[in-house]
Amino acid sequence: MSNKITDFEVQSSDKAGAADTSIRHNFRYLLVGVVFGIVFVKAEIISWFRIQEMFRLQSFHMYGVIGSAVVVGIISVWIIKKSGIKAIDGTPVTFQPKKFHKGQIYGGLLFGLGWAMTGACPGPLFAQIGSGVTVVAVVLLSAVAGTWVYGYLKEKLPH
Amino acid sequence: MRPAFRQTSRFFATTGKKEIWNLFFVAGILVGGFIAARWLSDGGPVLIAPALASELQSYNITDTRHLLPREIFSWEHLLTLRSFILLVVGGFLVGFGTRYAGGCTSGHAIMGLSNLQWPSLVATVCFMIGGFVMANVLLPFIMRL
Repeated sequence: MSNKITDFEVQSSDKAGAADTSIRHNFRYLLVGVVFGIVFVKAEIISWFRIQEMFRLQSFHMYGVIGSAVVVGIISVWIIKKSGIKAIDGTPVTFQPKKFHKGQIYGGLLFGLGWAMTGACPGPLFAQIGSGVTVVAVVLLSAVAGTWVYGYLKEKLPH
Repeated sequence: MRPAFRQTSRFFATTGKKEIWNLFFVAGILVGGFIAARWLSDGGPVLIAPALASELQSYNITDTRHLLPREIFSWEHLLTLRSFILLVVGGFLVGFGTRYAGGCTSGHAIMGLSNLQWPSLVATVCFMIGGFVMANVLLPFIMRL
């Protein structure tokens, strides 16, 4: 196995060089998070009920949300690639092709089971807690434990 | 050092200063959730599909005042078997599965599909299969516990 890090879900690209770790820089991510959190609540993406409806084909709501997000995403990626627009720290935006491995199947199925149980994927967990359902902190801790156990078992799991 | 251990330790060696933006981002999501629920909501109940409402009623879930049913998601119900399984086992599956799949709804379904990555389509289809199986096959048993 090569030492080159390709898993950008876990680690930021090394290409950017020395990262800006100042509070001022990180505050921007906080602001983007705030917008994300407000959208999560107002679009009811963090609603356990909406997730149940989605998996029972009882409403169009979540399909509309995810579908329109993908359409906006496709247009955004196309514009970023076409215009060569730079990131806020001046570095070029690069897209890493995803490599297929069996984890996308096994892990995907396991995540799907958990998604229908908790009504949340990882990001919305934080918005659920913020919206006042503080018991979701237990779900979050359990999810962190899940990522830790994955890290521990990684070499033994089929990929 | 054994290779397996080296791999494992590299997996865990990711929490440098460089990754601290992640924590700012998720803290922002938490604050955003608070702002929206506190000041940008009319406080009305979640209007849910009648078929779902009647199914949930058979599990004694009728409270739709919040985005999550309080009969499952509350501290007082946490130690009931049903809530414990949904929150603790469900949370574990979300964390474990997301890492194993190399992404979640954002990373694969939205970002991956936007970038036309076929492995992300595979992952997204598997997310949906897992969700359909849980909601329609397994959840009816868990909800009756």
